[in-house]
Amino acid sequence: MTGSAPRLLVLHAPDWGVRAQSRLLGIRDEASVVLIARGRVVACSPAARAEGVRSGMRQREAQGRCPGLHVLREDPGSWVRAFEPVLAALDDALPGWHLLRPGTAAIRVRGPARYYGSEKAAARTVVALAEQHGAADARVGIAAGLFAAELAARAPDPDRVRIVTGGSTAAFLAPLPVGVLGDDELGSLLPRLGIRTLGAFAALDPDDVAARFGPGGARLHLLARGRDPRPATPRIPPKDIDAVIDFEPAAERVDEVAFGVRAACGEFVRELLAARLVCTAVRVELHGDRGEVDERVWLHPRSFGPSEVVDRVRWQLQAAEELRSGVVRVRVSPEAVDPVHVHEAGLWGTGPEERVHSALSRVQAMLGHRGVLTPQLSGGRRPADRQQLVPWGDRPVSVRERTQPWPGALPDPPPSTVYEVPRPVRVEDAAGQPVTIGDRGLVSAAPSIIVSQTGTRRDLTAWAGPWPLDERWWDPASARSAHRLQAVDTTGCAWLLVLDDAGWWAEGRYD
Amino acid sequence: MFDAVSELSREERIRGLQERIQGMQATRLDERTLPTSEALSELLPGGALQAGGGYVVDGSTALALEMLRGPSGAGSWCAIVGLPDLGVEAAAAAGIALDRLVLVPHPGEHWLAVVSALVDAVAVILVRPPQGARVGDAASTRLAARLRRREGVLISTTSWPRAQARLAVTESDWAGIGSGFGHLAARQVTVASASPAWQGRIRARRLWLPDREGRVAPVRSRHDGASPALQAVQRGA
Repeated sequence: MTGSAPRLLVLHAPDWGVRAQSRLLGIRDEASVVLIARGRVVACSPAARAEGVRSGMRQREAQGRCPGLHVLREDPGSWVRAFEPVLAALDDALPGWHLLRPGTAAIRVRGPARYYGSEKAAARTVVALAEQHGAADARVGIAAGLFAAELAARAPDPDRVRIVTGGSTAAFLAPLPVGVLGDDELGSLLPRLGIRTLGAFAALDPDDVAARFGPGGARLHLLARGRDPRPATPRIPPKDIDAVIDFEPAAERVDEVAFGVRAACGEFVRELLAARLVCTAVRVELHGDRGEVDERVWLHPRSFGPSEVVDRVRWQLQAAEELRSGVVRVRVSPEAVDPVHVHEAGLWGTGPEERVHSALSRVQAMLGHRGVLTPQLSGGRRPADRQQLVPWGDRPVSVRERTQPWPGALPDPPPSTVYEVPRPVRVEDAAGQPVTIGDRGLVSAAPSIIVSQTGTRRDLTAWAGPWPLDERWWDPASARSAHRLQAVDTTGCAWLLVLDDAGWWAEGRYD
Repeated sequence: MFDAVSELSREERIRGLQERIQGMQATRLDERTLPTSEALSELLPGGALQAGGGYVVDGSTALALEMLRGPSGAGSWCAIVGLPDLGVEAAAAAGIALDRLVLVPHPGEHWLAVVSALVDAVAVILVRPPQGARVGDAASTRLAARLRRREGVLISTTSWPRAQARLAVTESDWAGIGSGFGHLAARQVTVASASPAWQGRIRARRLWLPDREGRVAPVRSRHDGASPALQAVQRGA
């Protein structure tokens, strides 16, 4: 008989994801915030909800309903990280929590109830603890079975504690709408069959339900009747492998910090190895003296060794713009780990790739993260847009699809030199007058000389164009309008010249 | 003839003689070579890139990229050091595998250390030494020894001590572009190659760099745009 589901206590912090992410960015709790994934709202803050924003809405529609909306990209990893301290504090007081999702956790209530005297006292303790550790307005529900207990925790209750006594689980569930079962198909089908509440659904014969809706429907039917077979499995608290290094007084110089973290980084990698893990991505947090935090994730094509972690800390320090004061704390935590055997070198090594990798890492350690780059092709109209350089070890982020047509891009061959910073030039006609391009897209006179910044004059033997380029005209911030010209000088070297509002530039050379 | 020699400084004369001696004697019994593109084979001593050799390509990025094409196509890694203005698309169009290409655009003062670190890993290194940098004899000898051991090739865009060959584009004619019409479509160049192995003579070949399909190939037909100046060079060679 499954009727004797254990009584569970569920802690639920409403809108946890929104709150965790807005707190990370220093946005007030009362502000209107939505989290977006693939252009749709996945979660919103109470203020945004009051303005009429709902989950599943398109981003534009949400922005239309609620001006001044903060739109954040969904980042589930940060929700878990933010909930971890809450869970750790709860684990200290009452061991044996089962994490359902970030912001929601369950525990068997029997032990705590006996310890604190009653279920109500245990629930009050949990609420107070959660509040102390950053989960404000957390709620607690106690009922038999995970399903009922979670619904009790979500139930709007001014007291923030809802206890459903042993015999009344079915009565508590009965008036709730079938939508709470969390099954889209059943949630839309049952109301059309005239079954609107869990009570009406539970009243159906179990065999009929199994015959009509299959095993999935039978399981939900069991939940609706207040019988939840799922146990709350106590989690094993993860071992904390983070390396935390405090500097007292604050360290001012990069090499000082790098030297300070060296031993701890070695220990960090050794501890991971002891757990038979290697780290493929680390998160480095730098805490400044005035409370500012600079954090980023560093990837590694293989796995991090101690000195490589130290290098990442050093590069981050060199690039940290947020940091305006000395460093008081460095935290290094594993962001992604792999079992160690995946990265074990073969008995005879793994061939030339390994050699390439170690040499490039050495050069990178010498010159910094952006010192060694791998080239990628991307889409665009200008030569500089059609290429992308990714630091060695980072994952390439494709911004513009190359497969799209890009009308207006120049025909092949591509220029063999694409200036990292376009060079300003002067383009003059035979009379020494600067060449301009009129409203109708025609040159004022045939260009015959280009004069570089240093004063070198090159006579032109042939030229073609101009070809207009009018990019992103709908967005004043990134709109670019220019004319392009190809020209060949007397040495046979060809140039790609561009005229924009600031004047003529050499963007590339065909040499 | 005599006057010309006396004008040269003593040091340059010694270097010139050393190069001639070196050119006449083979450095090793069996010279290993790297895969070389067909267009270049006639311009290089021995008909191919010699493993462990140094080359100079003067004034043309496209020609330097063509030197990388053969080894890259055969599966080797290539590195380009000190060229922040490289056109990646042109490198891809030249047939270089981008997933085996590494760029170190700004090596700064460490450029020689970077090159020696890369010798361990990649087969071909194209390097532009910073302005005014001089490669000392000792440093270049050390680097050459490592290159020979790893069977790599070094290509420099400025002069390099004891280079196997020095290639330069002496003439370049673009097709497809006129005075205000068309667009750059194809180019014929004359590449002149000087090597100590040829005792001071210069070889010159006419190449498409690139042709209308984007390929680099020798110009086959003499009527295919060969200029009078080129024919003079070929007669002289």
